[in-house]
Amino acid sequence: MYAQMVQSEATEEDPAKLGEFQAKIDADIKIEPKDWMPQGYRKTLIRQIGQHAHSEIVGQLPEANWITRAPTLERKAILLAKVQDEAGHGLYLYCAAETLGVSRDEITEMLLDGRMKYSSIFNYPTLTWADVGAVGWLVDGAAIMNQVPLQRTSYGPYSRAMIRICKEESFHQRQGYDAIRKMAEGTAEQRRMAQDALNRFWYPSLMMFGPSDKDSVHSAQSMAWKIKMNTNDELRQKFVDQTVPQAEYLGLTIPDPQLKWNEDRGHYDFSEPDWAEFFDVIKGNGPCNVDRLAARNKAWDDGQWVRDGLLAHAKKKRAGKVAAE
Amino acid sequence: MTSDEAFKQFLLRMGDNTLILGHRVSEWCGHAPVLEEDIALANTALDLIGQTQMWLALAGEVDGGKSADDLAYLRDAWDFRNVLLVEVPNGDFGRTIMRQFLFDAWHSIMLGRLIKSSDDRVAAIAAKASKEVAYHLERSSDTVVGLGDGTDESHARMQAALDYLWPYVGEMFACDAVDEQMAAAAIAPDPADLRDEYDALVGKVLTEATLTIPDNRFAHKGGRDGRMHTEHLGHLLTQMQWLQRAYPGASW
Repeated sequence: MYAQMVQSEATEEDPAKLGEFQAKIDADIKIEPKDWMPQGYRKTLIRQIGQHAHSEIVGQLPEANWITRAPTLERKAILLAKVQDEAGHGLYLYCAAETLGVSRDEITEMLLDGRMKYSSIFNYPTLTWADVGAVGWLVDGAAIMNQVPLQRTSYGPYSRAMIRICKEESFHQRQGYDAIRKMAEGTAEQRRMAQDALNRFWYPSLMMFGPSDKDSVHSAQSMAWKIKMNTNDELRQKFVDQTVPQAEYLGLTIPDPQLKWNEDRGHYDFSEPDWAEFFDVIKGNGPCNVDRLAARNKAWDDGQWVRDGLLAHAKKKRAGKVAAE
Repeated sequence: MTSDEAFKQFLLRMGDNTLILGHRVSEWCGHAPVLEEDIALANTALDLIGQTQMWLALAGEVDGGKSADDLAYLRDAWDFRNVLLVEVPNGDFGRTIMRQFLFDAWHSIMLGRLIKSSDDRVAAIAAKASKEVAYHLERSSDTVVGLGDGTDESHARMQAALDYLWPYVGEMFACDAVDEQMAAAAIAPDPADLRDEYDALVGKVLTEATLTIPDNRFAHKGGRDGRMHTEHLGHLLTQMQWLQRAYPGASW
């Protein structure tokens, strides 16, 4: 789940039009870019898709951190392909956001100056090779929980982007699990890396779903509009239920002494993450917030001359063509 | 030199070029000037690493059953056989894309010849790689032209990149005893024979890019025979080989 705490916008429009709009959504008719939509729907979607796109882009950094140090050529190739896919996801999502009337440059600048957010998870460091596996297994695993239902979201371009993205994400998750499995089955040092990665990434992964439903005030409108398909707590529970047996299979211990199967509920009981830490990370105080944003700003600033150069050349070429005609 | 040894040296030259350049290009991941470039650079790096796997696997086979990973991760700098061009640091995006273009042009011509190699295994790798490299060359040429003939700043940066990199071009066409044996066995062309085609191709693109080729044929050497790499290669290997060196024998 790469969109957290996306604030729903209130909307004040003609009740008749709003009624028609809601009826379309209730009938599962997709909303397309040229259709009428409430301002609140448009703004909320821009925020949500933008946050998702930015997460893909910033999310390249913790994984790219290991490309040059990948331990085998095959692992290096897999990781390169994965990070490339993520940049591709960012591209689809920026295109989806553009259909709502915000350009990629505008939305990028909002990321760079801190007006828009990206998922809190990417503010945690990747410290060992096992972290690359853990990111695939847990972070992509958590993302898929949210993205699979979003394939049915009401906004057409977003839904179609999600369908493409989900195919690749589930592949990434399997590859991540395979990488950490190899370490869990490896030497004592590799096992230690795998357990340490799980220890560090477990709670931040749970935080990816956002605060508990009782504290999440913006869900109702987004759920009615079908741009949020499940509550945060539903998805978090689903993630825990899916992940616990996978950890057991690896022989790794989830760092939660309260974790226990609850026969009556048919779900695992588990400890909440430290929400104070979550809000700190959201505010910019995570271990890597400053560095991640600095890296994106540096790439953007250093690349200005490249973008300007290519644009100037394209203009010259167009002018040349016109002159020749 | 036995012909097996010469064959191995030839394969290492091919595989080390793609390995080291792939590493350098992969350093851009997440940091490129525009999203499309990030994707294209990662894709190029991925192709180069894939080609490395093929070349080094064959080199390892000739070398008595070593794996491609053994060769990539467990040799020290003096056993690497890449040209110096591919190990120089990325510099700005202009230098990276100019280096890519200067290499792609050689690579595409070389692979075109290797498709007709008398060794079927070499011909098969070249056939697969040449499709990828045709695309690399198309992209790097377009970008060199776009930036060379862009703004004053982009032009100046591209000219500076060309001036810096040009002395590393000549090594790709150097010929030694290994090359003589490969040419005699019709496994690979004499590198010197590729130069005219290269000059024509590179000249055409750089002219369109409004850039001036330095009037100097001086060539740094020492990479493809391992006699003297740059200071940069050791740092690159330190990073690339760290896990394999720190945890010997572990399986990843």
